[in-house]
Amino acid sequence: MILFELFLECALLSFVAFGGATALLPELHRVVVDHHHWLNDTTFTQLYAIAQAAPGPNVLVVTLIGWEVAGLLGALAATLGMCLPMSVLIYLLVDRWEQCAGRRWQQAISLGVAPLAVGLIFSGATLIAQAADFQLGAWVIVLVTTLLNLRYRTLHPLWLIAAGALAGLSGGL
Amino acid sequence: MLVEQRHWMTAEDFNAQLGMCQFLPGPNVVNLAVVVGKRYQGLPGAIVAPLGLLTGPVLIVLLLALVYDCYGALPQAQGLLRGIAAVGCGLLFAMAWRMGMAIQAKPVFWPFTVLTVSGIALLRWPMPLVMAAGLLLSGSVAYWTLGRK
Repeated sequence: MILFELFLECALLSFVAFGGATALLPELHRVVVDHHHWLNDTTFTQLYAIAQAAPGPNVLVVTLIGWEVAGLLGALAATLGMCLPMSVLIYLLVDRWEQCAGRRWQQAISLGVAPLAVGLIFSGATLIAQAADFQLGAWVIVLVTTLLNLRYRTLHPLWLIAAGALAGLSGGL
Repeated sequence: MLVEQRHWMTAEDFNAQLGMCQFLPGPNVVNLAVVVGKRYQGLPGAIVAPLGLLTGPVLIVLLLALVYDCYGALPQAQGLLRGIAAVGCGLLFAMAWRMGMAIQAKPVFWPFTVLTVSGIALLRWPMPLVMAAGLLLSGSVAYWTLGRK
């Protein structure tokens, strides 16, 4: 039952998504491409690109994955799996969590999670580069984007995305 | 919108809750919508807020998926998506760099970043395993450093 599997895999992932949906890319790839063979590398990176360009939260990459795997119901199953269980848990726990604000163990979690989240996001970037099999031209875009984004914080990423899309459209990558 | 237009919450409140939702697992914005929804309208708010946040973008993304299914195989579309993926990849590197620089006591905590990258990107270990072990180690070290102050 592929819908149930989609829901379950996404729900499982949501509980380790420290650092948000972007941190999940490597594990999404491992589950969807390597383990279940639901998608191939190319489709995976292309869906990532669509989610990146679309407005709205980047968690929607799982909506796209669900769609490609099992159509409309798949899209719903994946999105619900990713959002629902953690939402319920947060709803139940938020008051207690806020009562404990400032406690040592809570500070320890927020301090301790940060370096892991950085590692996850870095791994996500290397994974996309690997799965999309970037050549020299694409690596130049990666480098320029990284530098521009770090140097000019006010430059909206959408401009960079548009520029990248144009460069890709011209066929140089 | 919540802070500036409706004055439903103060900027400090918003930042505190956003901070909380950023290091708890799950999709950040959805978590935040649940927390804010609950705060103002209880259970109905906690249900309506994330739905309102997601419905529009989900519809747009599904529309794009339809387009992709029809035209995705064209060489132009392939090139376009490659370009966007490259930019997305660069944005991720920038994000990792920025978050990494924001970490205090870098010599203490960066090794955990290196371990995470080794486990996930190089060895391709399952993420729940890596995160459980990493959080235990990194959290303990954080707990210990907090006690020394």
